[in-house]
Amino acid sequence: MAIGGAVTTGRKARWALVDIIVVVYALVPVLWIVSLSFKTKETLADGNFIPREWTFQNYADIFATDEFIRPLINSLGISIIATLIAVVLGMMAAYAIARLDFPGKKALVGVSLLIAMFPQISLVTPLFNIERQLGLFDTWPGLILPYITFALPLAIYTLSAFFREIPWELEKAAKMDGATPGQAFWKVIAPLAAPGVFTTAILVFIFCWNDFLFAISLTSTEASRTVPAALSFFTGASQFEDPTGTISAAAVVITIPIIIFVLFFQRRIVAGLTSGAVKG
Amino acid sequence: MAEIVLDKVTKRYPDGALAVSEMDIEIADGEFVILVGPSGCGKSTALNMIAGLEDISSGELRIDGARANEKAPKDRDIAMVFQSYALYPHMSVRENMAFPLRLAKVDDATVRSKVEEAAEILDLTQHLDRRPSNLSGGQRQRVAMGRAIVRSPKAFLMDEPLSNLDAKLRGQMRTSVSKLQRQLGTTTVYVTHDQTEAMTLGDRVVVLRGGIVQQIGSPQFLYDHPANLFVAGFIGSPSMNFVPATLEDGSLKSPLGTITLTDRVRRLAEAANAPREVVAGLRPEHFEDAALMEESHRQSGSTFTATVDVLESMGAEKYAYFTVEEELATTAELEELAADAGSADVPGTGSTIVTRLSASSEAREGRPLDVWFDPDRIQLFDPSNGANLTYSG
Repeated sequence: MAIGGAVTTGRKARWALVDIIVVVYALVPVLWIVSLSFKTKETLADGNFIPREWTFQNYADIFATDEFIRPLINSLGISIIATLIAVVLGMMAAYAIARLDFPGKKALVGVSLLIAMFPQISLVTPLFNIERQLGLFDTWPGLILPYITFALPLAIYTLSAFFREIPWELEKAAKMDGATPGQAFWKVIAPLAAPGVFTTAILVFIFCWNDFLFAISLTSTEASRTVPAALSFFTGASQFEDPTGTISAAAVVITIPIIIFVLFFQRRIVAGLTSGAVKG
Repeated sequence: MAEIVLDKVTKRYPDGALAVSEMDIEIADGEFVILVGPSGCGKSTALNMIAGLEDISSGELRIDGARANEKAPKDRDIAMVFQSYALYPHMSVRENMAFPLRLAKVDDATVRSKVEEAAEILDLTQHLDRRPSNLSGGQRQRVAMGRAIVRSPKAFLMDEPLSNLDAKLRGQMRTSVSKLQRQLGTTTVYVTHDQTEAMTLGDRVVVLRGGIVQQIGSPQFLYDHPANLFVAGFIGSPSMNFVPATLEDGSLKSPLGTITLTDRVRRLAEAANAPREVVAGLRPEHFEDAALMEESHRQSGSTFTATVDVLESMGAEKYAYFTVEEELATTAELEELAADAGSADVPGTGSTIVTRLSASSEAREGRPLDVWFDPDRIQLFDPSNGANLTYSG
């Protein structure tokens, strides 16, 4: 037992060490940004990890100007709308892919995979021209549309994996119990796919929220500029002022919705919801 | 309550595979009919076609006299119990059972009383608020039954509902399914691959092989008068022994010795134009230890002597296994039965004769034993097509 115990303690110590390294590696840059956002302008470049002088001035500054508030509203609006549309369309497509045999199914899956792999940068110039022609440039739909396009493959892939897990017989049972195909889907399949839907929603939302490339290329004013793009336009009060503090504060603020989003939906992503449906 | 008629119902898949071929069955109102056969015989496909979960390629399905081929499952008013139970995991037992009623827009008070009534019948009252994942296999099975009976459908379809239960529970549930069906008097079609369920549950049994109906009849009739080799081998446990034999002037040369046929058997065989080479079938229960027979009785039958290979004492009876010198009869039908039972893969089982003896038999393993049998019980089959040459139905 003693030897066994020693082995377990050794193992635990090794794992703890690995865990700590990973967490530190991931969190140091985040904590650094947080630290910068609380520093005063004078101490900004002093190299201290923990600010010697704490201030909320940077946060007060960003919320005092339209330069930040307006893009924040754009970001929230565009990301939520794009997420909703992508998840609803993705659900229908994924259900069809998981359940039905239709002509062109392989082609559809192939094309969606192709889109997911397509380098987005190569589409920026054509999109820029197309959107200017169509009058979509610098509007909400101008960003929502490309976001949906690139989020759909992700949504379809994640959701079809979840749909495939749901026993086929449940749907047959619903039909026998008198459900129309629509009722079978909304009353039986959709509730069971809920964890998958929420997981997908989180992934799509994060993709839209974090996007910088389309946001900087397809917008020109605060009418539709999202926060990641707006951050790059931050300036200090004068040419000689360093905007690092305010950029850091804004970066911290835009991380918060993601954290809230994940925490809110995490409780609904309960694994093993389907257990007990069929003899397993 | 309904009468279900299958009129030359055929299922052909797009790839050309024929799952069910021209099935003709008339199921009377309130009847309990079993579809039985080895896996892949088309019994589940037939059930799914009655349910409406699979299209009918040709032929007609009539429920209460009205053509139902094109009706959606929900419009057929038929309830189904699935092998996997298919309970809705996100709903409680009560919600599961109420689901068909809710879809039918039944008012709350009626839903409540009907669910509680069904729960009472199935002894589920104390589990109504639990989730399916917290129930045992037997309880889940009962919930699936409950969901079927709450809305008093025209008919029940059951797709191997007991095959996921352990042996003891299966026996108990078999009795309660039978009782429930008598109590409700609802037309029931029950699919199983288990011949014991087929024998004990049904008013009538339909034996299927490769999508073709082999025989339809009451369990006892199928046991006594199998139409062919396949039915003879499928019905009865342990299954019938088959040996190759030669017909010669009213007597039968077989590995069990030369047997003088009774007049009844001889006349039937002659009427059927029996070929010289036949397959003789004898059920294990038609053998007896010759030492236990009274002399006069013993004279009326045939006796052979062989060495007991294996003796299984079940308490109430004994099973003695013998090896015969010659190869046992093999035909396509018998090979299919062996493959289904998995015995084709077990070496040495091919040439064994099984006999059921009284518990008082003094048979010993490795010792020779005189075994008596009644030649009037012999059934003769045509090895070319499996037809029963002594069929007297």
